[in-house]
Amino acid sequence: MSGRELSYLQAFNEAMHQLMAEDDDVFVAGEDVAGKGGVFGSFVGLLDEFGERRMIDTPISEQAIVGLGIGAAVAGLRPVVDLMFMDFVLVSMDQIANQAAKLKYMFGGNASLPMTITTNGGAGLSAAAQHSQSLEAMLCHVPGLKVVMPATPYDCKGLMAASVREDNPVIFVKHKRMFGVKGEVPEELYEVPLGQAAITREGSDVTVIAYSRMASEALAAAATLADEGVDCEVIDLRTVQPLDIETIVASARKTNRIVVVHEAVRFGGLGAEIAAQIQEHAFDHLDAPVARVGAPFSPIPFSPALETAYVPSAERIAAEIRATMHRPAPGVTV
Amino acid sequence: MPLDPEIVKDLHRRMVRIRFFEEAAGRLFEANKMPGFIHLYVGQEAVAAGVSVALRDEDQISSTHRGHGHLVAKGGDLNKMMAELMGKATGYCNGKGGSMHICDLELNMLGANGIVGGGVPIAVGAGFANKYSGNETVSVVFFGDGSTNIGAFHEAANMAAALKLPVLFVCENNGYAEYTPREQSMAIKDVAERAGAYGMPSKIVDGMDAMAVFEATESALVSVRAGEGPYFLECKTYRYYNHHGIQNLGLSYRTDEEVEEWKGRDAIDAIEARMVADGVASEAEVEANRASIQAEVDEAIDFADSSPMPDPADLLDNVYSDAVSSDAVSSDAVNSEVRS
Ligand SMILES: Cc1ncc(C[n+]2csc(CCOP(=O)(O)OP(=O)(O)O)c2C)c(N)n1
Ligand SMILES: [Mg+2]
Repeated sequence: MSGRELSYLQAFNEAMHQLMAEDDDVFVAGEDVAGKGGVFGSFVGLLDEFGERRMIDTPISEQAIVGLGIGAAVAGLRPVVDLMFMDFVLVSMDQIANQAAKLKYMFGGNASLPMTITTNGGAGLSAAAQHSQSLEAMLCHVPGLKVVMPATPYDCKGLMAASVREDNPVIFVKHKRMFGVKGEVPEELYEVPLGQAAITREGSDVTVIAYSRMASEALAAAATLADEGVDCEVIDLRTVQPLDIETIVASARKTNRIVVVHEAVRFGGLGAEIAAQIQEHAFDHLDAPVARVGAPFSPIPFSPALETAYVPSAERIAAEIRATMHRPAPGVTV
Repeated sequence: MPLDPEIVKDLHRRMVRIRFFEEAAGRLFEANKMPGFIHLYVGQEAVAAGVSVALRDEDQISSTHRGHGHLVAKGGDLNKMMAELMGKATGYCNGKGGSMHICDLELNMLGANGIVGGGVPIAVGAGFANKYSGNETVSVVFFGDGSTNIGAFHEAANMAAALKLPVLFVCENNGYAEYTPREQSMAIKDVAERAGAYGMPSKIVDGMDAMAVFEATESALVSVRAGEGPYFLECKTYRYYNHHGIQNLGLSYRTDEEVEEWKGRDAIDAIEARMVADGVASEAEVEANRASIQAEVDEAIDFADSSPMPDPADLLDNVYSDAVSSDAVSSDAVNSEVRS
């Protein structure tokens, strides 16, 4: 590796520069993506380099933005369409779920849809109930979509390359609280294949499965537990649809204890699917019920006092790991 | 015919209340005392004030992400507003909503909205309820120029007209949607042209002139209240600050000259000059009014500052209207953990 460091957002931006340079069919459309370079800076510099033909500021019209991508993709281009916040996926859900996801299948395979929808999810900025959601479970439930949720700068670049080069509709979700996180990123363009989880920490006692920002919270929890003599394995899913069930099951068979973590609401979240699949494929290997950490069953509150209690944290993950290990918290005698 | 002096004073009072509240909120935001996003209404005061002075208390309004001004104009309690913006338990939404979801149902202010265009169908629904009940109440929906590019606006406008609902559509055309100028996102010059497509009468009014907005609203409401269907008012206005936050000049997407030119037509300056010239109030009276509003805003800051943060134990309250429903998820370990 080059040893060169970029932030999560810079890594995304560099991928966009390189992907647009290699393929004239790639263009970007969305609100304030061109002149402003995206409200979070994701697309900075692309207008200068590639011009107005390929960088399109659209009206506030989320359904039409996604529809533009679908139509342009079917007509042979490779669109990147941007929804400023993941919450706005809901505004364009007809185009995403009824159109994009099903088109190839409904047409008997006679069309392909090389479109990437980029968006920004996650809580922690006091952005309240309509600007903070993690809606991936909803998207993963619709056959035909792929859902990518990078947790590191390296993956942000590599997964974006794989997403844009995919011939299927992909929803690429950055986490708003990870933009500034730095990490090593090679200069040349590379792909991180969709559907392959990463084991970001090897361990033998318990497996913590997470993705997006919770993958780094899981690593922090694992570090805490290491001090308490518990050896955690941590899996970063990277892609939540398709799900790398093989890596998950192999780890479950090895450690025999599982904690699944996501920032999304626990009820009906991906943790439920993962827990179900683990008991289907590794029931005899389990020494404890599969544990889940997720958000409580409410919209996301505005006040930092409430939001901090709401969003899962390394501490909550650590507590769940201890419970799974039947271990008391440090200083607690039983 | 010159306006009733009491109405002029009322317009002035509401505008200054918005301006001072927003300036104070902006400063607190700058000082990191206000979490989240904040979209200031400064510059557009004449619209909220002009419309609301023409309304009855029972009339409903629905608002946008730039919603503080609408609530202040409807008579919002500055203490509860400031507390909400700071995420305090004493705020309008107990700290759960914040700037983008501020509301006062008792004042018939149906909420700011984080989703562009999201409030338009809701106001149409309130209009439906008014017609259904056979009362003379109207609902008013405030929305930006940019929001008229979203499907929800068009569906709701058509439905209001087709069902002849008592709804006043108030477009606050400030020339921009975030960083994109209006002319880049629609091929028409006046948003009001859109009203015609739905068979809705419309009028374009100077949104920097509170008296003009008031008069246009009052005359529009005659037909709306009489059951003749919705009406569309386009107010040409301008926001002085950036889309979000309090930055003002030196922004890349608009020129400083443009900002200064609009500020030269400031609605508050204009009405104060008129008040003095027409003998509605002396300069000293105007100054005294401003001072008393500033005192009210300062008090709101103190109130918010000294208010407690919400208790995390209340996190799960009000997801549903009944406690039973939250019991249904109480088997969820995390929920009970958060509750205890
Ligand atoms: C559905 C949706 N899309 C995008 C946004 C992000 N956004 C917030 S305000 C805004 C611009 C709104 O412009 P306009 O309606 O003209 O109101 P103004 O901000 O000018 O008052 C945008 C794009 C949003 N909140 N909701
Ligand atoms: Mg606007």
